[in-house]
Amino acid sequence: MNRSMIPEFAVILENVSVRYRIPAERYGTFKEFAIRWLQRRVRTQSFWALHRVSFEVYRGEVFGIIGANGAGKSTLLKVISRVMRPTEGRVRVYGRVVPLLELGAGFHPELTGRENIFLNGAILGFTRREMEAKFQRIVEFSELQDFIDAPLRTYSSGMWARLGFAVAIDTEPDILILDEILSVGDEAFQRKCVARIEELHQHGVTILLVTHNTELVASMCSRAAWLDHGRLQLVGEAAVVAQAYRESQFTGIPQVT
Amino acid sequence: MKPLLVYDSTFRGIPPLEEVREVIRYRDLIFQLARRDVTTRYKRSVLGIAWTMLNPLGMMVVLTIAFSHIFRFQTEHSYPAYVLSGLLAWNFFSQTTTASMVNLVWGGGLLHRIYIPRTSFALAAIITGLINIGFALVPLLLIDLFTGVPIRWTLLFFPIPVALLAAFALGIGLLISTFAVYYPDVVEMYNIALLGWMYLTPVIYPVGILPETIRAWVMRLNPMYYFVEIYRSAVYYGRLPTLDVIIPAIGFAMITLIIGWVVFTYKSDEFSYRV
Repeated sequence: MNRSMIPEFAVILENVSVRYRIPAERYGTFKEFAIRWLQRRVRTQSFWALHRVSFEVYRGEVFGIIGANGAGKSTLLKVISRVMRPTEGRVRVYGRVVPLLELGAGFHPELTGRENIFLNGAILGFTRREMEAKFQRIVEFSELQDFIDAPLRTYSSGMWARLGFAVAIDTEPDILILDEILSVGDEAFQRKCVARIEELHQHGVTILLVTHNTELVASMCSRAAWLDHGRLQLVGEAAVVAQAYRESQFTGIPQVT
Repeated sequence: MKPLLVYDSTFRGIPPLEEVREVIRYRDLIFQLARRDVTTRYKRSVLGIAWTMLNPLGMMVVLTIAFSHIFRFQTEHSYPAYVLSGLLAWNFFSQTTTASMVNLVWGGGLLHRIYIPRTSFALAAIITGLINIGFALVPLLLIDLFTGVPIRWTLLFFPIPVALLAAFALGIGLLISTFAVYYPDVVEMYNIALLGWMYLTPVIYPVGILPETIRAWVMRLNPMYYFVEIYRSAVYYGRLPTLDVIIPAIGFAMITLIIGWVVFTYKSDEFSYRV
């Protein structure tokens, strides 16, 4: 591919909406549903987890996404990482997305560290051969050389997270999604993760950073978006957005339109 | 430079075909999932993978004592080999369909976190089943030998009935998975249905004991009848199945697979909306 053909954007969201339909009453089972249906009492409510969200993320920037719990941040990530198709609107993503949402999702406690590296690599879309080339580097980064052939159930939760991070970070993504992950492992490992993320950034990887931590956004990101109840409140320079969000937290009223 | 993947949510293509393309791209994942299922299932047991072979043998012993001595079923060759071959075919079907559904419903957390082809779980369940039925060939042949069932060249056709059975099981597995995503109690209902279905299939009894009228209906409406019979043709009867068994079997397998695949892939976009 020609260099000039590489798009300027990594992610483009146009009027993206996600509507969840939730039953007005909860039908846990088919039996309940069938009874209600026969009685013609199936009612649903819908709510917009995201409503007409539009913004772009430039290639190679560190972009922050902030908002309170339930603001739609997770749904937004699902839409970008292809887990979910938006109800309305359009999402375009240029490049391979690797979400670091839950480290070691798909790890199996009975498998060894080695087996889990290959399994997790496959979940991230890599072939066995590609993983063989990465294996040594992953083990070194995780610093788990001595435990790599032990089953994961013998690992501590910190070791578990380190292995997950090491696999995900070695995937050479074009777009990396970080969801509140900078709280894993001990401090030394955290510093190592931050250093690795900065290194990726210098290599042109686009990074989406999702957090409540406004200071982190102001210090690490160039631009940011603020979501509130599924709506985009503000998008722009990270420090400005972080400041506006922080102020809204004190007054309790979103004041930007 | 590696090609840039472009994802556009408004581009949908034809879901059943798109899914085929994604499955090919993620083939290593599907094998890894199957490997995980096979290795973890017996990881902490002393006998390990030998259980795939011992389990049906144990069932065979119990059923032989119960049916060949008490009910005195007459079969073409030895009853233990008859019931074991039937059980292996039946277990393949019941285990793979249940596993594809359960893996999707209970193991589906993964689907909420990261994109993987939605059919991966069902396909991995089928591969796991194929590995198990392959291993189980060892005890089956031993029982054939010990009880004087002639082992003929038809054994070489063993992969054909297994492939047809796999296609049918994949179709059914995908169909019931689609329902189970919406209503988890489908898992329970299916278990009951399976029990009834097994008794309508000549697994533990010879088809000859059924009264004429019932037999005609079983043969016409129960696809599993054909699959069990074809499987037995290869490993028990030692003769090629006749066309009036092969053609319905191919028909049931292909139609079920296509319906299951199409329904599942068209519905699978909605799965992540179900929490």
